[in-house]
Amino acid sequence: MQIKENPKEYDVIIVGSGAGGGMATKVLSEAGLSVAIVEAGPYYDPANPDQMTQMKWPYDSPRRGAGTTRPFGDFDQAYGGWDIEGEPYSQVGDTQFRWFISRMLGGRTKHWGRISLRFGPDDFRKKSIDGLGEDWPISYDDIKPYYDKVDKLIGVFGSKENLPNDPDGFFLPPPKPRLHELFYIKGARKSNVKVMPSRLSILTKRINNDRGVCFYCNQCARSCMSYADFSSGSCLIFPAQKSGGQIDMFVNAMVRTVTTNEEGKATGVSYIDKTDKTEHKLKGKVVVLAASACSSARILLNSKSKQHPNGLGNSSDIVGKYLHDSTGGGRMAFIPDLMDRKIYNEDGVGGMHVYSPWWLDNKKLNFPRGYHIEVWGGMGAPSYGTGFNVNDFNKFFGIPVGGYGDVLRKDMRKYYGSLVGMDGRGESIAMKSNYCEIDPNQVDEFGVPTLRFNYKWSEHEVNQAKHMQDTFEEVIHNMGATALGNKADKSSNFGLTKPGEIIHEVGTTRMGNDPKSSVVNEFEQLHDVSNVFVVDAGPFVSQADKNPTWTIMALAWRSSDYIIEQFKKQNF
Amino acid sequence: MDRRDSIKSIMLGSIGFGVLFEGCVTGISSEDVKKTISKFQYGRTDKELAYDKKLFSIQCFSKKEMKSITQLCNLILPPNEFGSIEDAEVPELIEFMAKDIPGYEIPIKDGLLMLDKISKQKNSMVFINCNEIEQKKILDQMAFPDPNMSSSEQKEEVKWFSLMRNLTMTGYYTSKVGIEELGYVGNTPNVWDGVPQDVLDQYGLSYDQDWINKCIDQSKRNETAVWDDQGNLIS
Repeated sequence: MQIKENPKEYDVIIVGSGAGGGMATKVLSEAGLSVAIVEAGPYYDPANPDQMTQMKWPYDSPRRGAGTTRPFGDFDQAYGGWDIEGEPYSQVGDTQFRWFISRMLGGRTKHWGRISLRFGPDDFRKKSIDGLGEDWPISYDDIKPYYDKVDKLIGVFGSKENLPNDPDGFFLPPPKPRLHELFYIKGARKSNVKVMPSRLSILTKRINNDRGVCFYCNQCARSCMSYADFSSGSCLIFPAQKSGGQIDMFVNAMVRTVTTNEEGKATGVSYIDKTDKTEHKLKGKVVVLAASACSSARILLNSKSKQHPNGLGNSSDIVGKYLHDSTGGGRMAFIPDLMDRKIYNEDGVGGMHVYSPWWLDNKKLNFPRGYHIEVWGGMGAPSYGTGFNVNDFNKFFGIPVGGYGDVLRKDMRKYYGSLVGMDGRGESIAMKSNYCEIDPNQVDEFGVPTLRFNYKWSEHEVNQAKHMQDTFEEVIHNMGATALGNKADKSSNFGLTKPGEIIHEVGTTRMGNDPKSSVVNEFEQLHDVSNVFVVDAGPFVSQADKNPTWTIMALAWRSSDYIIEQFKKQNF
Repeated sequence: MDRRDSIKSIMLGSIGFGVLFEGCVTGISSEDVKKTISKFQYGRTDKELAYDKKLFSIQCFSKKEMKSITQLCNLILPPNEFGSIEDAEVPELIEFMAKDIPGYEIPIKDGLLMLDKISKQKNSMVFINCNEIEQKKILDQMAFPDPNMSSSEQKEEVKWFSLMRNLTMTGYYTSKVGIEELGYVGNTPNVWDGVPQDVLDQYGLSYDQDWINKCIDQSKRNETAVWDDQGNLIS
């Protein structure tokens, strides 16, 4: 097969354009380094009318926005999902890991919930606290200056709360709570559950003239045409291009391997142009992997050579191990007080205005790690599914369910906006026995060996999920609402989501000081190969009860500063 | 995954592109497909466009079936001053979804046959030829699920009618006329500054002063953020 080789040698090749890749692109290009971004999906700009889904109406789609082609519906801005045609993955035995991939410029930063939480001091030293998992080789003080810089560069609203393990930052002011959120506040307080303004990377206030200010359409998951929410393209890559960075972008380019030389050093990457399935090579002095925790592990494991027979950076046999996702659980409720409510525009920002950080002491509980609670509800935009089982709530009042005719209109109006939900998102324990590896029997449509997963929750996560359900039930009761459906019990692991479903998977190239038990050092540099870095969530030692994006970016910035320093010292 | 495991994603799940349509016919002219497809502009990818085109180039329900569906939808939601089932293009949506979600086609077709069978037994003619009183008598037998049974335990005709009611309701309330009737007033640029006072009063609620002090002063939203070294916003 003919391989087309690009004659240019880049200072840095960055694989993937999500949170980590975007941040590396910005910091490294602005330091004057020449950068190639290699992205497996197409170019995407939320301001491009041909790609834009923001401000569409359900009837602009022939399926009214149903989730047939995109898992979160037609208007969600992720080109991908848990099951992508041509890109299979498999499981060991009866384990079930669900792998969500978004193939586009910006990756998964296009459609996410913008929940932007710093890890706290305890989150870096959990083993010292409860004996489980491993401590990070860095502390909160090491990463704090970078969190501060990320806050100011990207913008995050929140409030100063002086909590020990949910550190404050440089916040924009949060929006006022919506009506259902006031009900939640009431219920949570009565249940002794801490509740406070949420922390989302959405601009409630201007931070510069390149980005707009939120206009409260509730559609961050569609990616903002005004760049008023964080996504990697809008906030990192486009500004880096605008400020004159030497950036070449390769899209629809699926990286197969990191190439190496006789000394075992990386020389660049090989990739497949997905548009014509041709093979290409790019040369670079440094390779930065930011393809997502599992994709980067896959590239490393597929990069076998004489010098690296077990895959690149895998002399420890740790690549792919310690894979862990957030736990998830949820409950819906119906608020009778909100029947026939007055209708006004309460779209607000794309996500919750209030939330509950972890509020208890695990020493007094039968599970080691915490969770936070997200709240949803309100008079949202109709979309496919609106009006299904329109008057099921009639059963609470002993009146007939179902029927036909004008009574359905009354029921539709009566129950609109009376639903509220809570979702718990918690920390799981990183375990060596939960991993991804190369499936020896399968390749994707480009001929690249695929991943096989082995993942089982432990008692820790199941006990935590049970606690979530008990909490939801109590809060629902205390907010004057009626819980819907049956309470999840032991038979369903207390409603615990399948691993991968929360899309916070981390840990596959974990960092540490010991090359025998970790893949990268504190600067996300492979122990085995000094010119390869991993700046996605792979290096996370533990997950925390916080969403990973803010930490991915703070670490990617810190590692990029280190790369610049090494370039200055002529170490590459 | 955040807040999105809502009712609709629970109901739907993800379905692939490689679907076969057993009962559908092809042969819709490419001109017609082009005309239909141009009505829908929603930022889809080339692959999604090709899939939509494929669905629009086949017809799932016969003219007779479409007539029954339209009649039934009109009984489920009769026209009013806002609009009608036809204005909301509900039959077209049902036709589309029967191809888009493979599990829908056969049950919907079987249900239509069942409806005519029941109608013939009762009135010696198919459903659409019955008068409204006769039609409603038939619907009364299938429109009310038994509250003591789960949805999967209901009688076949009850299950089928629930599906048709769901599709009709969602089709109407996601249409232009249905959204107007419901009164949803969002999806437009605005400035959120809290729950209206009369609504707070109605529920006997108020904002805490110390919470509200932390929130955005919307008169300063366009002033560029500046912080002191401690992270206090000073603009």
